[in-house]
Formats: sequence, C-alpha cells, structure tokens
Amino acid sequence: MPAIFSLDPLFLGDAGNLEILAIVLAKVVIAFAGLMVSVMLMVWWERKFISDLQNRIGPNRAGPFGILQTLADGIKLFFKEDLIPDQSDRFVFKLAPYLSLVPAFLVFAVVPIGGDFSNGGDGLISVFGNDTYVQLADPHIGILFVLAMSSIAVYGIMLAGWSSGSKYPLLGSVRASAQMVSYEAALGLALVAVLLKTGSLSTTTIVREQAGEGPEFLGLFPMPDWNVIVLGVVPFIIFFIATTAELNRPPFDLVEAEQEIVGGFHTEYSSIRFALFFLAEFMNVVTMSAVMVTLFFGGPAGPDLGVLPAALWGFVWFFAKLFVFLCLFIGLRGTLPRLRYDQLMDLGWKLLIPLALGWVLFLATLDVFSDRGWTSGGERLVVTGVFLAAMLVFAGLLMVAISNGKKARERDGEEVFG
Amino acid sequence: MSEFLRSYLTVAIFGATGCLLVGAFVGLSALVRPTRPQAQKYLTYESGVDPVGTGWSQSNIRYYVFALLFVMFDVEAVFIFPWATRLEAYGYFGLVEMAIFIFILALGLFYAWRKGVLRWV
Repeated sequence: MPAIFSLDPLFLGDAGNLEILAIVLAKVVIAFAGLMVSVMLMVWWERKFISDLQNRIGPNRAGPFGILQTLADGIKLFFKEDLIPDQSDRFVFKLAPYLSLVPAFLVFAVVPIGGDFSNGGDGLISVFGNDTYVQLADPHIGILFVLAMSSIAVYGIMLAGWSSGSKYPLLGSVRASAQMVSYEAALGLALVAVLLKTGSLSTTTIVREQAGEGPEFLGLFPMPDWNVIVLGVVPFIIFFIATTAELNRPPFDLVEAEQEIVGGFHTEYSSIRFALFFLAEFMNVVTMSAVMVTLFFGGPAGPDLGVLPAALWGFVWFFAKLFVFLCLFIGLRGTLPRLRYDQLMDLGWKLLIPLALGWVLFLATLDVFSDRGWTSGGERLVVTGVFLAAMLVFAGLLMVAISNGKKARERDGEEVFG
Repeated sequence: MSEFLRSYLTVAIFGATGCLLVGAFVGLSALVRPTRPQAQKYLTYESGVDPVGTGWSQSNIRYYVFALLFVMFDVEAVFIFPWATRLEAYGYFGLVEMAIFIFILALGLFYAWRKGVLRWV
C-alpha cells in the first residue's frame, strides 16, 4: 500500500478495517474531550486572571483555586428553566445555537496540534503501525475551511438576534454582522501573505514550512522560521486585530455591550441554550488562537529539548504558544476600553484593509524579484524603496481626491463629519 | 471514495458528532429542568417594563451598505487566494496583473470613502 494512502486511511480500499476506523473515531473523541477541557480551563483562567488584574480574588470555592467553577456553572445551567419568548421565531431560535457552536468545533478539525516537526520531521506519528497526522483532517483547502466556518458563525449570531423578536438582540445582531463581515475582509487579506510564502492552503504544509531555523537576528543567532518574522510583523498584527473583532472580544465587544444593549444577541436565551452560546464564544477564542499559532507561530514546530519523547514536544510547544495567546486576549480585555462603533468601522475599512492590500503587493513584489535573482541586501532595498515611493504617490493622490470630495460636499451644504 | 474527499469525510464525522453532542446537551437538559409556565415569563426583555411594539424594528441602513462593500472584498478573495498560492509560477506577469487588479479594487474602496459611505454618523 502506498505510503500516502496510510494518512487518514478512511474507507479507501480497506473499508471496514477496524484499526483505521478506530483511529479516526479516537481522534474525534480526543479532539472533543481536549476542546471541552481546554475551554473549561480557559473560562476559569480568564476569570482568575482578570480578577488578578482588577485586584479581586475571583472564583475560589469550587475545587482547588476554583478550577471547577466552570463545570459548576454548566451544571447549574442544565437545571434552569428554558424560556422561549412568545414573540420569537421558534424554529430559528432553536437552530441558532447549533449554527454557533458546531462551526466553532469544526475549525479545530484542521489545526495540527502535535507531531514531530524538529530536524526536518514531517509531523507524522505512528499509531498501531499506521502513520497519521496529529490533526483530525488535512483537507487541501485547510485554511479556507477556517474562513468558511468563521463565516457560518456569523449566521449563528445573526439568526439568534433576529429570531428573538426583541429589540436589544436585534440591535446586537445587526452590529455583529456588520462588524464581522468588515473584519473578515481584513482577515482574509492578512492570510494571503501567509499563502504567498507557503504556496499551499494545507495547514500541515504551512506548519512544515515554518519548522527549522530562519533569518539571523542581527547576525547573532538564528530566529525561528515563523511567518510572523518572515512576513514582517504587519500581517500578523492585522490578523490578530481582525480575529479579536471576529471573536467579539474586548475591545471590540460592541455586539454584547452590556451598558448599551443588555446582552446583545443572547439576551433572550436562557438555560442550556445560553450555555451553548457561552461555550461557542470561548471555544472560538481557543480555536482562533490555535489558528494564529498555526499560521504565524509555527504550530507544534519547535526544538526537541530531550527529556520527553520527540513526538510529545509538538504538543508542549503548541499548548505553550496557545496559552500565550489566551493570556494576550485576557490582557486586552483587562486593559482596553471598548471602541465606539464609528471608530471600529474606521479602523477596519480605512486602516486595516488598505494596509493589508498594500502589504500583500509588497511581499509579492519582493518575492517575484528575489525569484529572479534580486536577492542581495542592496537590491532588496532598491525594490523596497521603489515600491514605497509608488505606494506613497498612490496614497497621496487618493487622499487629495478624498479631501476634494469632502470639500465639494461641504460646498453643497452637506454636513461632513469625517 | 477518492483520496481527495477522504479528509472531508473525517470533517463530516466530526461535524455530525458535534451536532449530536449539542443535541444531547439540549435533550438532557429537557429531561432534568423544571417547566412552570407563566405568561409573564414569555415576554421579551425590555429593561423590566412591558415591551412596546414588536421586536422587529427598523435598523440603520448603514449596516446594509457595509455588507454590500464586503461582497466586493469577498469576491476578490476568490481571485487573490489562488493567485497567492501560485505566484512563483506567474512571475512578473502575475505581479503586474494583480497590482492592476488590486488598484481597481482599491479605487472602489476609495470611491466609497470619498462618497462618505464609510463615515458613520
């Protein structure tokens, strides 16, 4: 049997092979268990960390350090009465939690969470003599799948707010859809930078390309070959801001701004259905952090430091990087005030999207010229200089055009704000 | 089943398991939770007072305009993603062509900007 067929060998020629089916089922169960536990811990850690930032104690009753608090909350919500408002659209109201939670699960399917990528390893591990990747599936369009799922998650929120038949949820959901589609454009464009370097949409390939040593830091020591460094930090920052907005995390949590629109889209939800939205929200934080680790920070790739078997270091590196991102999200929540809606839209459309477009062109230019032999520092500098000059001229012309447009509207007696 | 579709089958199994799990949560909760109906419980929330009118009220047209603008960038992604994965094969030709494409795209965005569509009153 060719080696390639033994990767995720489901129903190919050897349908009914119990070992193979067992691997796939084991992966599914482990992925679910891992996700649920990490979300539980994430919620606990968020509450604990944010209470430290705010000089409080935080949950400390259920279990040691209050670590079982999330479980206790979940069990409590199971036993609460479920209310569906009379004015709601009952079918859509019941459907929305599914649309919100299932995509959050599914994103995790394409994220490689372990495997041995050190010393040129390809991330395969061996189970019962079958080679397999430590990820549920590695479809060819891996990263597009992530984008697709995050688009479907918009439906969950949109329909939840609409079907409630109530004013605050409706406001929350139109806010959510406008915000999420706006930042999805920036998200996709930041992603293009990664694709330029990798030349593949498969997440495994993206991770494999980042293993090993990259450019030297001031000629002193080699840095890791992570996309965040190789592509310049800009695509990562755009991706990170866009992700924060996609997740409706502070400072972009206008969707459920308590002071303005009560709970936003889930105001009318109670009992287990509310718990499902809550779960989806935090699961999205975990999965999107995992996606960022995969795209920009080398996923499970990292040096093999001995002590543990090589296959385990992948997990260690992956979860260490994931944890840094979770802390970053909590830190943002603890330190930044919420944006105003016009600031939110300005940031997305007037800064992030043009910047992402420009950066993609810049990387493409460098790429094409270095493919054609323009590789030395001086030549790169020339390319960069010419590109920057062209961009500045272009941006300047557009700014003039925009301000002319504004002046013309002012002359016509129209009110002009920004 | 072809090799190409196999990994999607795994994803489908994962998705089906997810749906089942969510359904199991809801079903289990239905077994254990109390149900004591009262007319007031099923009113929609409006800060404690009786709701006025229906929940489906009008909302700002601007949200709709942003959705339209998004379509422009979403369609663009269809072209730019495949281009990005195959840039090395296209070389200068691909670079110039995409520069022109992005230029036209950016013109659209800046036109909307100049028209004041991006301004949130």
